[in-house]
Amino acid sequence: MIETDFARTDLWFMLQGASMTLALTFWAVLGGTVMGFVFGVLRAVASSWINALLGAVLDVFRSIPLLIQFILANSFKSIVGLDVSAFTVACVVLAIYTSAYCAEIVRAGVLAVPSTTRRAARSLGLTWWQDMRLIVYPIALRVSLPSWVGLTLGVMKDTSLVLWIGIVELLRASQVIVTRIQEPLLVLMLCGLIYFLMSYPISRFGAYLETRWRDDD
Amino acid sequence: MIEIQDVHKSFGALEVLRGVSMTVNKGEVVSVIGGSGSGKSTLLMCINGLESIQAGRILVDGTDVHGRGTNLNQLRQRIGIVFQQWNAFPHLTVRENVMLAPRKVLGKSVDEADQIACTKLRHVGLGDKLDVYPSKLSGGQQQRMAIARALAMSPAYMLFDEVTSALDPQLVGEVLDTMRILSAEGMTMIVVTHEIAFAREVSHRVAFFKSGRIHEIGPPEQVIGNPREPETAEFLKSVL
Amino acid sequence: MNYTFHWHQAFQALPAMLGGALVTIEVAVLSMVIGTVCGVGLALARNTRNRLARGFATVWIETARNTPALFQIYMIYFGLGSLGIFVDSFPALLVGIAFNNAGYLAETFRGGLRAIPPTQVRAARSLGMSAPQAFRLIVLPQLFRTVFHPMTNQMVWAILMTSLGVVVGLNTDLTGITQELNVRTFRTFEFFVMAAVIYYLITKFVTLSARLVSARLFRY
Repeated sequence: MIETDFARTDLWFMLQGASMTLALTFWAVLGGTVMGFVFGVLRAVASSWINALLGAVLDVFRSIPLLIQFILANSFKSIVGLDVSAFTVACVVLAIYTSAYCAEIVRAGVLAVPSTTRRAARSLGLTWWQDMRLIVYPIALRVSLPSWVGLTLGVMKDTSLVLWIGIVELLRASQVIVTRIQEPLLVLMLCGLIYFLMSYPISRFGAYLETRWRDDD
Repeated sequence: MIEIQDVHKSFGALEVLRGVSMTVNKGEVVSVIGGSGSGKSTLLMCINGLESIQAGRILVDGTDVHGRGTNLNQLRQRIGIVFQQWNAFPHLTVRENVMLAPRKVLGKSVDEADQIACTKLRHVGLGDKLDVYPSKLSGGQQQRMAIARALAMSPAYMLFDEVTSALDPQLVGEVLDTMRILSAEGMTMIVVTHEIAFAREVSHRVAFFKSGRIHEIGPPEQVIGNPREPETAEFLKSVL
Repeated sequence: MNYTFHWHQAFQALPAMLGGALVTIEVAVLSMVIGTVCGVGLALARNTRNRLARGFATVWIETARNTPALFQIYMIYFGLGSLGIFVDSFPALLVGIAFNNAGYLAETFRGGLRAIPPTQVRAARSLGMSAPQAFRLIVLPQLFRTVFHPMTNQMVWAILMTSLGVVVGLNTDLTGITQELNVRTFRTFEFFVMAAVIYYLITKFVTLSARLVSARLFRY
C-alpha cells in the first residue's frame, strides 16, 4: 500500500465538504431557476424599456467576479448588521448569480419558439396564456435544457469560492487536509475525483433527458 | 479522353458500382440517366478521385486516377465538377469565389484571376452580381456561379451531378441554358441528370444506369426514343 | 447602521487599482492565447486515430470542464509541489486559467468544425486545392465566424477568473491589490465596489469591441 498520513477521518471530512457543496448548489439552483424563470419570461415578453433595464441589471451580475460578489455581500451584511449565517449569504449570492444566467437561457428558449407556431396556436383560438403553457413552455424547455444543465454544473463548481467567506466546502476541506499532512497531489486528486463523480451523473441525466425527448418527437 | 474500365465500388458491404465500363471522347457530351441509388453520382466522384474504387481503372488522358503516384490535386485541375448542392463559399463574394482556385491553385496573379473570373461569370450570365455575397443569390444563380467557378480552372472535362435537382422549377431553365452553351462550344461533359428532354437534346450519347451497371448506352434517339432494353423502357415510362 | 462610508479612500487608491487592472488584462489575454493554441491542438487530438493522443486530450478536456477553476489552480500551485516543482502564484494562476480555457475552447472548436458541411471541403478539393489549402482558405474562415462569439465569452470568463489569484496569494492583479488595501484599512465595501466597477467596465469594453469587430468582419 502507499505510505500516507491520509486517514479515514480525512475522507469523511472531505465528504462532509462535498455535501456542503451539494447543499449550496441545490439552494442556489432552486432559487436561481425560479427567479431566472420569472426574469427570463419577463424579458422575452416585456416592452423594450423594461427589457433593457432588467437586462442591464442582470448583466451586472455576469460582469463582476463571483468572488467579489461574495466579498461585497458579506461586507454589506456586516455593515447593515444582518444576523444571517455565511451559508445564507452564500446561497443568496449564488442564487442571484444563477438567476442572471438562467434568465438568459429562459429568454433564449422562449424566443426560439417560432412565431409562426405560436400564430397557429392563437389562430386555433387558444388564449395567450394557453399558448404559453401548452405550446411555448414544452418547446422552450427542450431547447433550454442542455444549457440549464451546464449552468447547474457551473454553479456547483463555483461553490468552491465560498471558502473565502469562511464556509468549509469540498475544496476548503481538501486544503485543510493538505496543510496538515502535506500530500497535496493525493488529496487534490481525490478531491477532483469527488467533483467529477458529483458532476458526471448530472450531465448524464441531462443527456438522457435530451435523448428521451428527441425520441418523443 | 476518359476511360472507365470495369469499375467496382462498394461502401462497406453495399456494392454501388458493379463493373461499369464507358469511354468518353473529347468534345462528347454523355448524359447519364437512371433511378436514385443506381450509382450515377458515385461514378462521377470516382472519376475525380473523391471516392476510391475497389476494382477496375479510370484513366483521364492516360493518367490512372487511383494510381499510386497520381497527384490528385493536379488531376482535379483538369476535371471540373458541379454538384447538386452548389457549395458556395459563404465568406467570399461571387467574384472572390471564382477567383480563389485560379489564384491559389494555378498561381495566377490577382489581376489575371480577376479577369478570368469576370469573363466566366459574364459567360454564365452573372456579370452584374460580381461583388455580391452568395447568400443574396437564388439557387439558380448560385449554381451558375458554381459552374463559372469550375470553368475558371479551364478544365478539359466538366462533370455535372444532378445540378438542377435541388432547384425550383423556374430556375432550372437558366442552368440548363448555361450547360447548352457549354456543349455547343465543344466542352467534353458527363451529365448526370433527371432532365430527360435536356439529355435527348444536348447529348451525343446517353447511358442508362441501373443497379450499379450501364444497361444501355447509345445515341439519344435510340436510348430514349427507342430503347432496346426493357429496363430502360420501364424507367423512361416512369419519368416521362 | 453605524458605519460611515469613506469613498475618498477608494478614489485615492484608484491608480493602484488601475495598475492591477492592467495585470488582470495581461493574465487574461495570455491565458486566452495559450488556451486557444492548446485548444486547437486538443480538438485535433480528439479526432486522430492515435489512442494515446485521444486519451490525453479527453482527460484534459474532461478535467477542465468538470472541476472548479480554483481546483485547477490549486493543483498547479499546491499539487506540483508534491513533485518538487514549486510554482509562484502568478504562473499558477496563468497556467490554471489557460488549462481551463484550453478545455472549453477545444469543445468549441470541435463543435465549430462539425458545423461546416463536408461538402464545402469537397467543392474546394474538386477545384484542385490541396487539403491544407482547403483547410486554410475555406474551413478556417468559416470556423472563425462560428467560434468568435464563444471565444469572446471565454475571454470575459478569463478576465473574471483572474480574481481567483488572490486565493493563492497573488497581490498584483486587480483583486489582489484591492485585497491588500482592504487588509490595511478594512474599508472592504468601498474598495471592492470600486474594483467591481472596474471589472464591469473592462468586460463591457471587451464585449462591445467584439460586437464591433464581428459586425465589420462578418458582413456576410
